[in-house]
Amino acid sequence: MQVVRLASETDFAGWREAARSLRAHRIPPDETLWTVEGDDGLFAETPRAPTAEARPFRVPREFVELASAAILHRCDDRFALLYRILWRLEREPYVLRVADADGDKARDYARGVSKAVHKMKAFVRFREVAAEDDAEAYVAWFEPAHRVTEIVAPFFMGRFANMRFSLLTPDACAHWDLKDLVFTAGADPADAPKEDALEDYWRTYYASIFNPARLKVGAMQKEMPKRYWRNLPEARLIPDLIARAERRTTAMVARAPSTPSRRVMRAALRNSRDAPYDGQALTSLEAVMAGVHVCRRCDLWRDATQGVTGEGAPHARLMFVGEQPGDQEDLAGRPFVGPAGQMFDKALAEAGVPRERTYVTNAVKHFKHEPRGKRRIHKTPSTREVTACRWWLDNERRIVRPKVIVALGATAALSVTSKPVTVAKSRQQALQLSDHAQGVVTYHPSFLLRAPDPETKARAYAEFVQDLKFAWKLSG
Amino acid sequence: MPTLDLKRKLAILSDAAKYDASCASSAGVKRDSRGGKGVGSTDGGMGICHAYAPDGRCISLLKILLTNFCVYDCAYCVNRVSSNVTRARFSVKEVCDLTLGFYKRNYIEGLFLSSGIIRSADYTMEEMVRVARELREVHDFRGYIHLKLIPEASPALVNQAALYADRVSINIELPRDESLTRLAPDKDIGGIKKAMGAVRLGVEAGQEKGRKARPAKFAPAGQSTQMIVGTDAASDGEILKRSESLYGAYHLKRVYYSAFSPIPDSAARLPLARPPLVREHRLYQADWLMRFYGFARVEIVGEAEDLDLDIDPKLAWALRNRGDFPVDLNTAEREPMLRVPGLGVRSVDRMLGVRRIKALRLEDVRRISRRIDKLKPFIVTADWTPGPLTDSADLRARLTPAASQMSLF
Repeated sequence: MQVVRLASETDFAGWREAARSLRAHRIPPDETLWTVEGDDGLFAETPRAPTAEARPFRVPREFVELASAAILHRCDDRFALLYRILWRLEREPYVLRVADADGDKARDYARGVSKAVHKMKAFVRFREVAAEDDAEAYVAWFEPAHRVTEIVAPFFMGRFANMRFSLLTPDACAHWDLKDLVFTAGADPADAPKEDALEDYWRTYYASIFNPARLKVGAMQKEMPKRYWRNLPEARLIPDLIARAERRTTAMVARAPSTPSRRVMRAALRNSRDAPYDGQALTSLEAVMAGVHVCRRCDLWRDATQGVTGEGAPHARLMFVGEQPGDQEDLAGRPFVGPAGQMFDKALAEAGVPRERTYVTNAVKHFKHEPRGKRRIHKTPSTREVTACRWWLDNERRIVRPKVIVALGATAALSVTSKPVTVAKSRQQALQLSDHAQGVVTYHPSFLLRAPDPETKARAYAEFVQDLKFAWKLSG
Repeated sequence: MPTLDLKRKLAILSDAAKYDASCASSAGVKRDSRGGKGVGSTDGGMGICHAYAPDGRCISLLKILLTNFCVYDCAYCVNRVSSNVTRARFSVKEVCDLTLGFYKRNYIEGLFLSSGIIRSADYTMEEMVRVARELREVHDFRGYIHLKLIPEASPALVNQAALYADRVSINIELPRDESLTRLAPDKDIGGIKKAMGAVRLGVEAGQEKGRKARPAKFAPAGQSTQMIVGTDAASDGEILKRSESLYGAYHLKRVYYSAFSPIPDSAARLPLARPPLVREHRLYQADWLMRFYGFARVEIVGEAEDLDLDIDPKLAWALRNRGDFPVDLNTAEREPMLRVPGLGVRSVDRMLGVRRIKALRLEDVRRISRRIDKLKPFIVTADWTPGPLTDSADLRARLTPAASQMSLF
C-alpha cells in the first residue's frame, strides 16, 4: 500500500505532484491511500512515492480544472476519487466527457465547491472593529460549506482593496492589511466581534423590502439554505416575517380604499392630457410635430417610439419625401439619420445639393416593422396607412410650399401623387402636382443599399445622383 | 412635520421601493477597487444575491426611493399623490452613507435608486444624479448603481445619469397604452418610449468600435423595464407582444413582470386580490423562450390568448406541435433539441459533447438531465423510442404536475 501524506486539506499542488508520480510509476488506485498532515493514521511513516524514472504524460485541461475545484470539497474520498479518474484517463481518455459514475461524482463535488464559493461571496457579513489609526477595519466570521476560503479571499481583496479586513473561518483565515493578503490557521467564532451598529438598519431594510403578499418560503430557502442562517444578522427576522405575512396581506386586502382629497383631484384634473388633434389645418411646423406626437390616425404608433416629422429649411424650394422612419430614425426622432440617410447624404453631396437648404420628410411618420428575433425588420406601409398619414404630409407641403417635391421610392410617390407610380418609368420627368409644385420621382436610398450586385448598385447610384441634380436644377 | 430618524426613513423608503421587481446586479464591465481610494467591484457577470427575503426574491442592491413624495397619481402605485401613506425624503448624504455602510459590510452589491416626482422631472432627476455623482466622484465607489430614469427629464440629465450608472431603467408600467392613460394620467407613453430610444442610441454610441475618442461608458449594463401584470384586462399574448416589441426596439436586457400586488391604501379602481404569481412565473418562462430558445412570440401564444397556467409554455408548445417530436438526440441539430421540453441550454450542450464520442443512450440522458420521465415522450435515443406515447391522448394529464400546497414553515 502506497500512502501519500498531503500538507493540508486543500493542498492541490501536493496532490498533483504525488498523483503524477504515482501514475508514472504505475501504482494503481486501490493500492494508494491518501492522508493529510496531522491525521494520525496507521501509516504515519510511509514515504512519498519515488520520483525517479517517471515518464511524463498529459491529461485534458478540463481534468486539472475539475480536480483543483473538487479537492476543496469536504468529502474524504475526493483525493482517491480524483486519482482514480487520473488513472482511468490513460485507457479511457473520454471518461470525463461521457456519463460515468466517477466523473459525475467529481463534477458534483466541483459543483458543490463552486456553489460554496458563490455563497461565501454572498453571505459573509463584516463587522466594524476599532482600529489603531483612523483607517476602518472589519472582521467577519463565516462557515463555508467547503474549504474555499483561500480561493474566495482574493475576491474580497479586489472589492475592499482600501479597507482592512479579516475573514475568519474554521478552516483558515484571510487577512488584508492594504498591502498583503495573509492566511493563518482556522479560528473560533469567539475571535470575531459580536455586533455592528449598522446591522439594525440592515434588518430594517430586510423587513421592509419583503412583500408579505408574495410569500414563497421554499424559493427563499433553496437559495439561502438554513445552514448559513446563524451567521446572517437578518435571518433571525425570518420566522416572524413569515408568521405575520398572511395576516398583513389579509388586512391590506380587506381595508377599503380611502378617498383622495379634493385638492388632489383638482391637481389631477389640471394635469390630465388630451390629444390636441382636431381636424383643423395646421399653420406651423411645430403644430405638425405636436400633432404627429399624439397621432392615432392609424395603429402604427403602438409599436413605434415616436412620430418623426420632417426637418430642414422651413421654406425650402426643394422637399424630399421618403417612405417612413427606420430603426435609427424611430429612436432619434429625426428623418434620414440611419444607413439609408448616410447614403442619401453622400449622394446629395455628390449632386451638389446642400441638405440644409432642403426640407426632408417621410410619407408615413411612424416606423412600421415586425419583430424578427431581437431585431425590428422594416415593413412597407399599407395604402391605408399612407392615406391616413397624408394629412400630415399635406400640412407640411402647405406650410413649406416647395417648388419641387422629390418622392423617394414608390410609397412616397403614391403619397405625393395620390396614385400608384412605377419609379423606373417615371424618373427624370417633372410631374405637375395638385398644389402647383412639380414632382420628381426617383429611387429610395435604401434601394441602393439593397442592390444585389456592385454593378447594379453603381448604376442605380449614378442614376440617383443624376435625379437629384435634375430636381435641384428644377427648383432653382 | 416631525423629523423622522434615519431608520424610520429607511423603512418607509424601502417599503415604497419593493414593488419594483428588478434587483439584478449583472454588469457590463469588470472592475475593482485596486488602484483607487474607495470600495467596490463588479465581475462583469451575473452579480451576487446577498440575501433572500421570504418572498423568494433576491436582495442584491439597496433598493430605495430618494423620496416617496410624488406629484403623479398613478392608481397602481403606493406613492401616488392621492395615497395617504407616510412620506419621507432622504438627503443625498444619507443615501451615500447607507450605501457605503451596507456595502462595506458585504450586505449589497450596490444601489438601486428610484424616486417619486417632486417639483419637476428635472429637479428629481438632478437629485438622483447628485447621489450617483457623489458616490462615484467623492467616494470613488466602484460597486453597482442602477438609476431609474424620469422619462420627462431633459436629455442632458439622462445622459449624466447613464454615465454614472451601470444600468438605467424606465418602467413601461402597463401592457396597454390605453391603460396607462387611464391609470397613470400624468405619464406619457410617448415620452417613455422616446427616453428608451435615447438610451439605446447612447449605449450603442458608447460601444461603437474604431472611434478614436471613445465616449465614456454609457450605462454599460444596458437598460431594463417593468410591466405590471393584472391591473388591466391585457392578455398574456398582448403582454408578450409588448415585450417582444420592446426588446426589438430598445435592446432591453430584461423586461420584468410584476404581478400586481395589493398595496396599502389602494385606489378603488384596482383589483384587491392576491397577486397572480403563477401567471407571472409563466410569463417569465415564455420571455425566456423568446430570448434564449429561439421561439417567436406567435409560436408561444396568440395575441388574444393567455398562457396555460398548469403547464410551462415549452411543454404546452410541444403538446400542440407533436408532429415535431420525437427528436432524435443522436442526430438532431441544436435548435430542435432546445425545443424539447425539459432540456435546457446546458444539458443540450453536454449531450452534443457526449455524442461526438458515443451514441446517447437513455442512461446517459438520465445522468445529464435528471428529468427523464418528462423527456421520454419527446426523444429518441440509441435504446429508446417513445412509439405511440408521443401522440397518446392522456400525455398532457401525465405531464401536468400535481397542484402542490404552499409549504408551511
